[in-house]
Amino acid sequence: MTQLPPATSRQLGLVIDLDICVGCHACVIACKGWNTEYQNTPLSDADAYGAAPSGTFLNRVHSYEVQPENGAAQTVHFPRSCLHCQDAPCVTVCPTGASYKRREDGIVLVNEDTCIGCGLCAWACPYGAREMDALAGVMKKCTLCVDRIYNKNLPEEDREPACVRTCPAGARHFGDLGDPDSAVSRLVATRDGYDLMPEQATRPSNKYLPPRPKDTLGEVDVLAPFLEPATETPEGFLGWLDRALEAL
Amino acid sequence: MQPTAETSPPVSEEIRKTTCYMCACRCGINVHMKNGKVAYIEGNRDHPVNKGVLCAKGSAGIMQHNAPARLRTPLKRIGPRGSGEFQEITWDEALDMATGWLAPLRAETPEKLAFFTGRDQSQSFTGYWAQQYGTPNYAAHGGFCSVNMATAGIYTMGGSFWEFGQPDWTHTKLLLLFGVAEDHDSNPIKIGLGQLKSRGGRLIGVNPIRSGYNAVADEWVGITPGTDGLFILAIVHELLRAGRIDLAYLTRFTNAPVLVNDDPTAPDYGLFLRDDDGKMLVIDRNSGKPAAYDTPGVRPDLAATHRQAGVTYRPVFQLLADRYLSDEYAPETVAETCGIPASRIRAIAAEIARVAFDEAFELEQEWTDFRGTTHRTMQGRPVSFHAMRGISAHANGFQTCRALHILQILLGSVEAPGGFRFKPPYPKPVEAHPKPHMGVTPNGPLNGPHLGFVRGPEDLLLRDDGSAARIDKAFTWENPLSSHGLMHMVICNAHAGDPYRIDTLFLYMANMAWNSSMDTTKVMQMLTDKDAAGEYVIPHIIYSDAYDSEMVAYADLILPDTTYLERYDCISLLDRPISEADAMGDAIRWPVVAPDRDVRPFQDVLVDLAVRLGLPGFTDDGGLPVYHDYADYITNHQRRPGIGPLAGWRGKDATLVGRGEPNPDQLTHYIDNGGFFEQPVPQEARYFKPWNTAYQDWAVEMGLSDNPQPYVFSLYSEILRKFQRAAQGHGDHQPPEHLRAQIIRAMDPLPLWYPAGQDSAQASEEFPVHALTQRPMAMYHSWGSQNAWLRQIHGVNPLYLPTKLWQENGFQPGDWARVTSANGSITVPVAHMAGLNPNTVWTWNAIGKRKGSWALSPDAPEATHGFLLNHLIGELLPAQGSEPRRPNADPVTGQAAWFDLKVKIEKADPPPEQAQPEFPPLRSQVGRGPQNLAWRVGK
Repeated sequence: MTQLPPATSRQLGLVIDLDICVGCHACVIACKGWNTEYQNTPLSDADAYGAAPSGTFLNRVHSYEVQPENGAAQTVHFPRSCLHCQDAPCVTVCPTGASYKRREDGIVLVNEDTCIGCGLCAWACPYGAREMDALAGVMKKCTLCVDRIYNKNLPEEDREPACVRTCPAGARHFGDLGDPDSAVSRLVATRDGYDLMPEQATRPSNKYLPPRPKDTLGEVDVLAPFLEPATETPEGFLGWLDRALEAL
Repeated sequence: MQPTAETSPPVSEEIRKTTCYMCACRCGINVHMKNGKVAYIEGNRDHPVNKGVLCAKGSAGIMQHNAPARLRTPLKRIGPRGSGEFQEITWDEALDMATGWLAPLRAETPEKLAFFTGRDQSQSFTGYWAQQYGTPNYAAHGGFCSVNMATAGIYTMGGSFWEFGQPDWTHTKLLLLFGVAEDHDSNPIKIGLGQLKSRGGRLIGVNPIRSGYNAVADEWVGITPGTDGLFILAIVHELLRAGRIDLAYLTRFTNAPVLVNDDPTAPDYGLFLRDDDGKMLVIDRNSGKPAAYDTPGVRPDLAATHRQAGVTYRPVFQLLADRYLSDEYAPETVAETCGIPASRIRAIAAEIARVAFDEAFELEQEWTDFRGTTHRTMQGRPVSFHAMRGISAHANGFQTCRALHILQILLGSVEAPGGFRFKPPYPKPVEAHPKPHMGVTPNGPLNGPHLGFVRGPEDLLLRDDGSAARIDKAFTWENPLSSHGLMHMVICNAHAGDPYRIDTLFLYMANMAWNSSMDTTKVMQMLTDKDAAGEYVIPHIIYSDAYDSEMVAYADLILPDTTYLERYDCISLLDRPISEADAMGDAIRWPVVAPDRDVRPFQDVLVDLAVRLGLPGFTDDGGLPVYHDYADYITNHQRRPGIGPLAGWRGKDATLVGRGEPNPDQLTHYIDNGGFFEQPVPQEARYFKPWNTAYQDWAVEMGLSDNPQPYVFSLYSEILRKFQRAAQGHGDHQPPEHLRAQIIRAMDPLPLWYPAGQDSAQASEEFPVHALTQRPMAMYHSWGSQNAWLRQIHGVNPLYLPTKLWQENGFQPGDWARVTSANGSITVPVAHMAGLNPNTVWTWNAIGKRKGSWALSPDAPEATHGFLLNHLIGELLPAQGSEPRRPNADPVTGQAAWFDLKVKIEKADPPPEQAQPEFPPLRSQVGRGPQNLAWRVGK
């Protein structure tokens, strides 16, 4: 059993905008590339060119179809990675203290030196956000790019998670969700950002912004004035045209 | 005790900035180097295309660059074609062999070389090479990609989407997106959609499939494939009825007021009334008399008619209104065909009208037009449109693309703030483009560029006997405006000896024995067929590729190319540059690492071959090389005096832009600047470019054109009318009888809609379901399968079925279906998708692989469950009576009509073990990739 810190000074995390995520997987591969090169051990790929390739990814995008009560089915692209919970069950379940939550920023990490690869944390995580690396035999998870966000070898503007830096649609935001005045907290407030599976009482740091309502166009009454027939005059289309040209 | 995490590891020893080639988008990348190796790739924040972001393909470039499928050395075929039995040879042997085939051909029959490049990003160079060689048979892959979009754009408004134009992402409030090809402007579209939606703008997606961009669309219009033109013209109908069009714009900047001969009995029926200088005439509202359209102070009238010498002339706009106000285009009429309720069509038209006119704004920027009129502001129309292959790859695609442009123009939104904007060197009218050329002289160059834009029947590339001059039959009556050539017809025409036999087929980066051909099985057979004398029908095949693709086994000589990180490349303003609407720009690739195999950049090989063949332009009078390699060519070649492949840092002191003598250090300046060059368009010149004097003058200064070339948009295409008129029996240049009706219908000077190729009533009964492919955002063509990271995202491609078909056939998860078209049958895994047009099925493009290729193990899912729809698509349509079979293509441009495919679906019971058809495994030239990867180059 590992203790969670009683409180953290900050609570860093991601805000993911499901209204503009196009499901392109850019974040998935930027994460794979960075963490393969810079984590203690690379994120491996078993059977890389074979029948059942299976690699370690710290961030995956799932696509779901949703059928609203009325109207066409909708597709939601849902990026999933560690949510850096305030009450992280993956930490408290860890028998060696390898899983821990940082006091200074709330990031949940795995210390690979003491991880025994027992997999209890992956079992405890309700989000399926941890992946056992098949080759390294240690548990891998999103570090919120702790080796980027404070990295003095990177230009200041690049000190953000690789997934946020690369996201073409701008659907990923990074910041301190413990500070109600931060840009990300304000975004969550404006857009009704929500916790994933709140019933699990994990108090996730990451938030999701819901898709806006879709397929609302069709209320012809509202838009009708914009298409009022104008050219069907007694003088015909040419009559309308002549008057309209004169008015130019 | 909290463990300590390393928070500041060293990132890399050096960052080398170059241009991505993981798809066609051409983003800037930072390649982080460790120990001389590629450690990590991210987007370049300074780059005009991607501004720092990078897609999944781009970030996975490290796996592409190190792919086990990379070819290692030149290969000579020693077994039968298709056997994959090759012998490794040296480059000298390889180049001697190629020269041995090519030199005698050039001396006698240069046209017997067919040189076609696929996803080539150096077309101004490969085209120049082919021109110097002297064969008329050169093109890249545009004919089977999106030539309808490009050609319709240029003939209508002097430019098209993607490289040539983009939505005004900063100001647009409503964007309509029609069936896009993901790799065309991949990151800019994602950036733009994010911006648009984040500031409350709306996206309307018109696409039979609700995935990708359509998943985030505020409104999804799940249109029936091939009916976009009808939907667009119904919107035009509604806008005309409501008078919600920009009349000021139409009178000033389009040919709407130009007078057309309206006397069906006159020989010039349908042609424009012109003055003695050939200038189009309009009625001036000031005088009521005809005047040249560009007269200073003219007030062109759209409402007048004109009688002259017994003939009535009417303005284009009246013909247009007559056509589209007809009930034929009323929402109620088109609703069923399009699969969209009339009320929804009307609502979308109303929304377009509301945003274009009620949310209109003006930019406080003075500008002067080509008639000398100064406008105090720039009138905005914040509705934009973008489209690509979805509307393009149909047999009615050209006219559909034209219809879309007509809609944009009627709204006054092209080149208006908030609308659609051209990117330099566009806009550029048809008149500023070359015509196609076919003049062959043994041992001499072709008499001009291969590809171009015809102005009338007299420009077709026909020999004296009326047969096609080009092997792909581009620029013939079958497809007069085939401005990108027809790569998809080369192998079948060469095999048939129609219009003639060739000797050598030379291909670059085009997987023609697999996913880049229609009817793949038949193409493999054509490549291996022998004649009565036991010789191959296509005697020699040379292929250059960096990877062990399916095409390799079908060539006689393999010239292994480098990866994109090992080469120089030039993304040139002479070709398809990286310009944005506010800046002209071009870019390079450079060898950020040296190849570790015996491979050479294809362009270097072409320079070498050119010297061995003594081609003009590449050798001097003494036969000595003019350029020692491609980098030398990029630096020193001049297409016109002072104009070279790259526009930046020209002149001896590197201070000149666009025009200037070559600078020997030019490439160093590009490398130091992150691999690209950018020159902003002056503020005053940023909108209304075709008519904006400031832009026209700037374009001349920059070398984009040699003279100001203002023009008006062609709502009505007189060039199309000239072909139609010929087909009606006028003039010296006459089409064959069997094509007259097709030309009269398809080459209508005003856009129209007709059912696409396979949509005849009879065919629809037997094959009622539309079948499409889409390109995944995380993969590009066939390349992705070798990418250890990307193939974990898209390793299989089920055929997605809509709810109606899923339930009607009683499908369950895990089931397979037999899918049959007029051309053949496949059996493939299926999956259910609800957000799909109820009469459409689809799958991802080019996931399926042939066993043995791409260094994959033979039991890889791409080879066992992956499949191609290509087997179902013929390059010719089924026979209709005794007439010659027509190409499965647009009759205007020859664009391959991939998306006209119609099929029937049955449950496969019992399911096969593997996707059908199955082919014997190919013999790998590179072995298999490693079992496991734990990739890291740093210590």
